[in-house]
Amino acid sequence: MMKKTLIASVLVGLFASNAALANQETDELRQVITEQQKALALLEKRLDETDQKLNAAADQIDVNTNSSVFANTTIGGYGELHYNNYEDKDAKVDFHRFVLFFGHEFSDTVRFFSEFELEHSIAGEGKSGEVELEQAYVEIDINQGLSSKIGLFLIPVGIINETHEPPTFYGVERNGVEKNIIPATWWEAGVAFNYKPTGGVSIDGAVTSGLEVGDDFNIRNGRQKVAKATAENLAYTGRVKYTAVAGLELAATLQYQTDITQGGVNFTAPIDTADATLLEAHAIYQVNNFTVRALYARWDISGDEAKALGRDEQTGWYVEPSYKFTEKVGVFARYAEYDNNAGNSASTAVESTSIGVNYYLHENVVLKADFENLGGASDSSGFNVGFGYQF
Amino acid sequence: MNKCLSLSVFVLVIFFSHMCIAAKGVYQTPAAFISHSFVDVTPQAKVLWLTKEDKAVIAKILQHKFNRMRIRYWQAGNETVWVLNEIGKEKPITIGVHIKNNHIDHFKVLTFRESRGDEVRHEFFSQQFINATLNDDSRLSQNVDGITGATLSVRASTKVARLALWLNAKLTNSSL
Repeated sequence: MMKKTLIASVLVGLFASNAALANQETDELRQVITEQQKALALLEKRLDETDQKLNAAADQIDVNTNSSVFANTTIGGYGELHYNNYEDKDAKVDFHRFVLFFGHEFSDTVRFFSEFELEHSIAGEGKSGEVELEQAYVEIDINQGLSSKIGLFLIPVGIINETHEPPTFYGVERNGVEKNIIPATWWEAGVAFNYKPTGGVSIDGAVTSGLEVGDDFNIRNGRQKVAKATAENLAYTGRVKYTAVAGLELAATLQYQTDITQGGVNFTAPIDTADATLLEAHAIYQVNNFTVRALYARWDISGDEAKALGRDEQTGWYVEPSYKFTEKVGVFARYAEYDNNAGNSASTAVESTSIGVNYYLHENVVLKADFENLGGASDSSGFNVGFGYQF
Repeated sequence: MNKCLSLSVFVLVIFFSHMCIAAKGVYQTPAAFISHSFVDVTPQAKVLWLTKEDKAVIAKILQHKFNRMRIRYWQAGNETVWVLNEIGKEKPITIGVHIKNNHIDHFKVLTFRESRGDEVRHEFFSQQFINATLNDDSRLSQNVDGITGATLSVRASTKVARLALWLNAKLTNSSL
């Protein structure tokens, strides 16, 4: 009995000491867990702080990038190199246009834009090229729908006059109708308004310097290019453009000039006042990968001198369907007719049929090739290859 | 007569110039676009940090280098909202894209800063992106007709739609 009691006492003592030991270990474990929780909380806090610092650093980098002294000044440009090979002419290679854009935003509502161009690589006495200022204007936003321009700007007419970067059109050279009838690229000095009364409708109006043709009444040669230009007779231009359906553009321009001879300064004898009206209308429609462009332009010039040359009426039109197989490859065909002597009874219209391809190395870099057959008043054929870029 | 007309026009320009209204081209604030996208409470903004590989894919979509280190987004369940900038001709166009179940649910030009090409902000153009998804080669599942004279703005808008869908897909895949 005594022995059993002793054993029981020993066992109880043993259990008690074990329990005490377990309690002690539990306390220690609790302490460890508490410390680990504190460490985790601290790490979490540090992680949050690191995140905040990282985001602040990234924000600062973004701010620094955007707040550079040049943040409000932009530079762009485009260029095109052409090779022309026609059966009745020597083959030519020509860096036709090298253009730089400079723009500056003075404020949210006042900005400057300019286009500076070197044509045919080299300019100077006896050289083929020209250095030209094609745009230099300040644009002012009057309200959300109305803005105005003051300075030297492109006349709002035709398809390529305002948008002529090489990747934006087909054909190595610009089409003959817009070149010889409109005449693109055409810029003047003056003031202009753009009003957008509703989505997809745009109305332009401009009062500018005008053409000054010589005694041949050649419209293209009448561009004074705002170089000490005679401004006795101004030009008034209006355009309405509709783009409220995706893929569709309809536009019409009417220009009236009070006298495109500027009072006959280039004529030896007194001449009739040659007031002139230009009417241009075009449509562009794109459905999926298919696009068609069509344009009509016509000059009506009054006065006996223009009539005697058959240049009282000068007209042109073209149709250009195109298809883009992929983002990189597109093909086109174009039929064009233009006649700078449409007022006479002879067949003086130039008929041009072209087919060609654009291959895009990058969305802003294009290789081009086309074949052109000239008929009517011209009789020739040849091919052109070239490349162009914009940035 | 001609000179009088020109002078009148010039005077009108100067007159209106003094009535300039600021904030031209802000059609909706990013905050308003985000809050309208979510039916319930607007979630907190999250940040997606971009790896070198991500930037390479983004550069392929945008056709130029992408210098940002991270992109903010808002997410609730299977919906994400992205407010992204892409340059049209010279200035960034800010566009909001709301994606639901990997389809574009809402696409809106929030701010347009350039003087040409703002037709992209109109419904007739932006509705072409609705329901668009991303193909295997990171192209949109549906055709988007362009706007003549707004080629660069159209291109920027299409890139933003593709980028938002790609970012959404990246987020969805990484959370699986």
